[in-house]
Amino acid sequence: MRFGVVRFYGSNCDRDCYHVVSRVLHRPVRYVAHDESSLDDVDCVILPGGFSYGDYLRAGAMAARTRIMAAVEEFAAAGNPVIGICNGFQVLCEAGLLPGALMVNDGLRFICRPSLVRVEDNETPFTSGLQPGAVMSLPIAHQWGNYRPPPDGFRGRIVLRYSADDGSVTPESNPNGSWQNVAAIANARGNVLGMMPHPERSSESILGGEDGLGFFSSVVSWWEGGTSYV
Amino acid sequence: MIKASVYVTLRPGVLDPQGETIKSSLNDLGFSEVAGVRAGKYLELDLDTDDVAAARSRLDDMCGRLLSNPVIEDYTVEIEERRGS
Repeated sequence: MRFGVVRFYGSNCDRDCYHVVSRVLHRPVRYVAHDESSLDDVDCVILPGGFSYGDYLRAGAMAARTRIMAAVEEFAAAGNPVIGICNGFQVLCEAGLLPGALMVNDGLRFICRPSLVRVEDNETPFTSGLQPGAVMSLPIAHQWGNYRPPPDGFRGRIVLRYSADDGSVTPESNPNGSWQNVAAIANARGNVLGMMPHPERSSESILGGEDGLGFFSSVVSWWEGGTSYV
Repeated sequence: MIKASVYVTLRPGVLDPQGETIKSSLNDLGFSEVAGVRAGKYLELDLDTDDVAAARSRLDDMCGRLLSNPVIEDYTVEIEERRGS
């Protein structure tokens, strides 16, 4: 299984994602440039975090209109797995591949700290190896993570919600004002996932935790083992 | 030449943390009559055309495709014709 990590001007978690795939999961991976037009040689696309195009206009707005995103749209429409992390989540919403939008945090501040999230849906390629209801610790680092559903209703899937350590979903455990404590969603089909927490920063014990590795190892098992959800 | 002014605002009902914070600050400064603030964006575009009708339609397209996010934002466009230059 071969991964592609898309790089926009201003992406800054691209090397972390590349590292986890190549050095922790030992799978082939290549960088994909913003102006490429084909994804024929990859099986899974990662849109990494960062501040693509300086977050100008709206976070993810410029990146969503690059040439590679037309290819990502086609890639996703064919049922292939796509994950957007942090800025990548914002890009997926701006591109219309995920419903809704990410607004500024309700406290207006950039938040950089560990967060606890509860697994709500393990029937997506990226969560197929996780236990529903499990509470994980994943780092967040964002100012625009306040998820809003579309005005005509939410038709995706809630995959992760910010929670307390006992798994209860409370206002106190919501760091940014996100609707329904949303930390991650997927499209209805389940193959496109967007998450604000950073699994690539928590995939090795030397970095303080391995809870994030499950998202990458899930998609590998899904692809190589053929567990079909989409 | 045409000069276009585009105002991008949050849709009614969409929470505006920035507007809320500005309102609180204005209230703290003694402007107690301020009951609400909505923050938005203002963009000026210079268009190299004299065709106002075509420009209006192109601007709608620009707003729909990039300048605003229809999930959370509305926009209004004002057009001003400029002679010469």
